[in-house]
Amino acid sequence: MRRVNKDERSRVRFTLNGRAVSGDAESRMLLTDFLRHVIGATGTHVGCEHGVCGCCTVLIDGTAVRGCLTLAVQAEGRAVTTVESLASPDGTLNALQLAFQQHHALQCGFCTPGILMSFTDYLARNPHPTEDEIREVLSGHLCRCTGYAGIVAAVLAASGGTPNPESRSRT
Amino acid sequence: MKPRKFDYVRPDSVDEAVALLAEYGDAASVLAGGQSLMAMMNLRIAEPAVLIDIARLEELDDIKVAGDAVEVGAAVTQNRLKEWPELAAKLPLLAAALPFVGHFQTRNKGTVCGSIAHADPSSEIPLSLATLGGEVVLRSRRGTRMLAAQDFQRGMLTTAREPDELIVAVRFPVQSTRRVAFREVARRHGDFAMVAVAVCIENDNAMRIGVGGMADRPAVRRATIDGVADARGFFDSLAWELEGYDDTHASARLRRDLLRRVGPLVVEEALRCAA
Repeated sequence: MRRVNKDERSRVRFTLNGRAVSGDAESRMLLTDFLRHVIGATGTHVGCEHGVCGCCTVLIDGTAVRGCLTLAVQAEGRAVTTVESLASPDGTLNALQLAFQQHHALQCGFCTPGILMSFTDYLARNPHPTEDEIREVLSGHLCRCTGYAGIVAAVLAASGGTPNPESRSRT
Repeated sequence: MKPRKFDYVRPDSVDEAVALLAEYGDAASVLAGGQSLMAMMNLRIAEPAVLIDIARLEELDDIKVAGDAVEVGAAVTQNRLKEWPELAAKLPLLAAALPFVGHFQTRNKGTVCGSIAHADPSSEIPLSLATLGGEVVLRSRRGTRMLAAQDFQRGMLTTAREPDELIVAVRFPVQSTRRVAFREVARRHGDFAMVAVAVCIENDNAMRIGVGGMADRPAVRRATIDGVADARGFFDSLAWELEGYDDTHASARLRRDLLRRVGPLVVEEALRCAA
């Protein structure tokens, strides 16, 4: 039985983007704060901190989840993947990131790390989604700059799809 | 915000989890997916002194057909049930309702039983369980008991679970009909439903109708409805009977109006399904 008492700081270990990391965390420390403040991996952003905005989305064992609704201690022994893993070490963007750049899928970029991680999981399960499927996944994120059209276009381009002229959300 | 301090415990078995609940009772909360609980803790609406994390318990991570029911363990996520290959054949109502539960990202972690435990009156999974007449399986050191969904959910975020009990599974009766429909109205996809309607046609025009978001818990009725005009009358009366309630998402009046408009559409959709 694993136990971390409320005033205790306990060593937490997991792999981050394929590399073993560890640090001390209180039981109440959120995974987002552990990544940013203990490990120093600041690619994952924190928006609403109650699971609504999706900025903090990371992969745990390949599955996209809210980092702010996960305790650091819950990630113990897991494989955590964040936006830092997407580009090559020399800075070359991956196909999804390039599509975001080409289709103006971001302006301020604050929400982008979470959106990229959601679609990293989703496209691995469904490599050729329809526009409506993309919009359904995107509904788990808030973006205040783009109006979403560029993001939908980018994901469609990255997955070889074509826009749906019937989509009711198209402006 | 950040949660208040708490003792975190991750038991290695259901027996250990139940022993911890017997020890801490009311002071403890059970953490599975955390998609409601962690949000409430971050907002300091929930402040448990002890958090018992059952998410890794393999004994609870199972979907199985047990007799005439599908039993879903307490660690099974909503997306895992949604992607279960037998879902459309055995539980067509759940196949229709699960896409409305939260978002792809929250369904990846949120559990089926967690939604039952949270008992939000507008939630899709408690509404489906009540409409189908399912059961909740509770275990404590005192033994195991089963409660019908209607007896389990007592009111707004309130259930009949005793402080020393752990929800180990929920049981959805296998459906013999494919004639089902589910719809809800929310401000945006995945948000809290202002009104949700589930319809399962049993035979001919006899149906079970479940309504969420109108009262402090799901309302389930059996009715025989012949066509859309009949459905309009039914939902007119039901809207006034349930009254609805005011909150940040919708007024009682809007809820009544939505039920009157959406209800007949859902009945019509279910009646159109091939048997």
